[in-house]
Amino acid sequence: MAGPLVLLRDLKPQVDDPRTRDLDWYVGQGGYKTAETVLKTKTPDDVIAEVKASGIRGRGGAGFPTGMKWSFVPKGDGPKYLLCNADEGEPGTFKDRLLLTQHPHQLIEGMIIAGFAFGARQGYVYIRGEFVIEAEIVRRAIAEAYAKNWLGKNLWGTGVDFDLHVYRGAGAYICGEETSLIESIEGKRGYPRLKPPFPAVYGAWGKPTVVNNVETLSAVPWILAKGGAQYAKIGTAKSAGTRLFSVSGHVNRPGVYEIPLGTPFTTILNDVCGGVSGGRKLKALITGGSSVPILTAAETEGLIFDFESPASKGTMLGSGGVIVMAEGTCMVRALMVLMRFYAHESCGQCTPCRDGTPWLANLTKMIETGQASMNEIELLMSVSKKMAGNTICPLADAAVMPAQSYATKFRDEFIAHLDGKGCPFPAWTFGEGH
Amino acid sequence: MDWTLSEASKQAIAEEATKYPTRRSALMPALHIAQRQFGWLSEAAIEAVAKELGVPVADAQGVVTFYTMYRTKPVGRYHIQVCQNLSCSLMGAEGLIGYLEKKLGVKCGETSPDGKFTISRVECLAACGTAPVMQVNDTYYEKLTPQKVDDLVAGWAKS
Ligand SMILES: Cc1cc2nc3c(=O)[nH]c(=O)nc-3n(C[C@H](O)[C@H](O)[C@H](O)COP(=O)(O)O)c2cc1C
Ligand code: SF4
Ligand code: FES
Repeated sequence: MAGPLVLLRDLKPQVDDPRTRDLDWYVGQGGYKTAETVLKTKTPDDVIAEVKASGIRGRGGAGFPTGMKWSFVPKGDGPKYLLCNADEGEPGTFKDRLLLTQHPHQLIEGMIIAGFAFGARQGYVYIRGEFVIEAEIVRRAIAEAYAKNWLGKNLWGTGVDFDLHVYRGAGAYICGEETSLIESIEGKRGYPRLKPPFPAVYGAWGKPTVVNNVETLSAVPWILAKGGAQYAKIGTAKSAGTRLFSVSGHVNRPGVYEIPLGTPFTTILNDVCGGVSGGRKLKALITGGSSVPILTAAETEGLIFDFESPASKGTMLGSGGVIVMAEGTCMVRALMVLMRFYAHESCGQCTPCRDGTPWLANLTKMIETGQASMNEIELLMSVSKKMAGNTICPLADAAVMPAQSYATKFRDEFIAHLDGKGCPFPAWTFGEGH
Repeated sequence: MDWTLSEASKQAIAEEATKYPTRRSALMPALHIAQRQFGWLSEAAIEAVAKELGVPVADAQGVVTFYTMYRTKPVGRYHIQVCQNLSCSLMGAEGLIGYLEKKLGVKCGETSPDGKFTISRVECLAACGTAPVMQVNDTYYEKLTPQKVDDLVAGWAKS
């Protein structure tokens, strides 16, 4: 696990030291020096070149190269906006919450540099509404930075302005999708927009806008301090840098860990997270949040945590939300829980998603509770196939990928539910975990 | 009940409105502010917010109903929101809900007759590593066990 850490200080689970959120602590670590140096000595193009050289890809889910995203913003005057996506709602994902509570100044410094790089004078941190305390922490950090004049007008006497505010969501998973987030910050229902036009050209309030994940922006100060080439040396040739993985489910030491990309899954599971809990064997693995196709234990053989290896196995690193499931876990019930979620969170704009997600939820519930026949399993497959790729945003696909992969890879279990007219697995009990 | 925005709320809304290029953008923050004042958002409260910002009332209503955190009914003094998504379910969220319902004598989605407790099911709270998790008003309670729930309930009973 050697390799410099970019975001956290150590590999202990859930670093929880409230001092690290204070300005003094961050300044003691050299904080805001990078932003100052960048604004005083570099051009916006230098910054974009450095971020491109780092090879960093977005940490919000899609993995789009960050430097390239910034370079798509048209040059010239006029308002441009930087939105930090702190909506963190993808089930299994809880890494950004740690950055918001422990390292808010690192995010702020990253946003100053990012705003400078493509000419945004205004930034917003869009924080999910449930994060009441997190929003307060970020607000306080922003106020501390304003008091030093490291936010506001004429930063470090360079003539560069950058204002930053917190915007609170109000409980809608879909607002993590970037165009929905934009609609939401405009004070509307979070309905995703058709793309193109892309936000880089037509974003918030109709102006060029970049939406970046908390972890992506938090890595920017390190990249500019040490250089893109240095960052690119961490990880692998195609998957640069470190990543925060949030591990939950049946493991002995769940938590948020910063790990260089290219680390084998077995190292993460056994050495970092202490193995599957209860001395059980691994049954299935979600590599990157609830939306990605599931892997069977056999498929995790040789799995490496970078962008390519999961792709070669038909899944994705997504949001870095790793969910571990031990032997004895019912895959129909797991799917039922997820389908209920997507049905609840569909924004309702597209018929295949509005009608399809509740349908999938009902079908999985029927199978789990033993009220189904082969017909329902086949319907599950055919309904989900019809939804895929036919909607405005990827939420429908996010429901389809688990539906198809669980029902295909664990088909025996689905059939066992029909044969036994109910769930053959033990209940998921409360109170045994801690 | 008087659904007039307080001077403090009006001031907070005015301050929010300075942060965005359009007044409309302050609608979500304003609804949060109003909900903090009133506890929930009646039609009259929504209307007051809409008027304050010059946004059509129907648009404000549309926003309120889209987002789950805006409440169109009163909730108990302790709003207990239990995560029912996958990581929490794997760690026994259903059992936790059953345990709470029995202990408090309140069913999910309902409020106790004394107005003290409401229990709701919510989706992933982004604290999956410390499952099972619930949010009570603004605070997260994580790594819940029957013992921890007992202690919490004992504390609430006294208040
Ligand atoms: C349904 C849906 C939910 C999403 N939720 C989040 C989220 O909670 N946080 C996030 O950063 N990105 C989320 N994304 C991805 C964003 O749309 C976007 O790609 C990302 O914020 C870009 O930032 P990055 O380039 O730094 O990764 C979601 C996407 C979809 C389709
Ligand atoms: S796919 Fe679903 S969530 Fe996305 S825009 Fe269509 S209805 Fe809304
Ligand atoms: S699944 Fe419960 S907090 Fe994420």
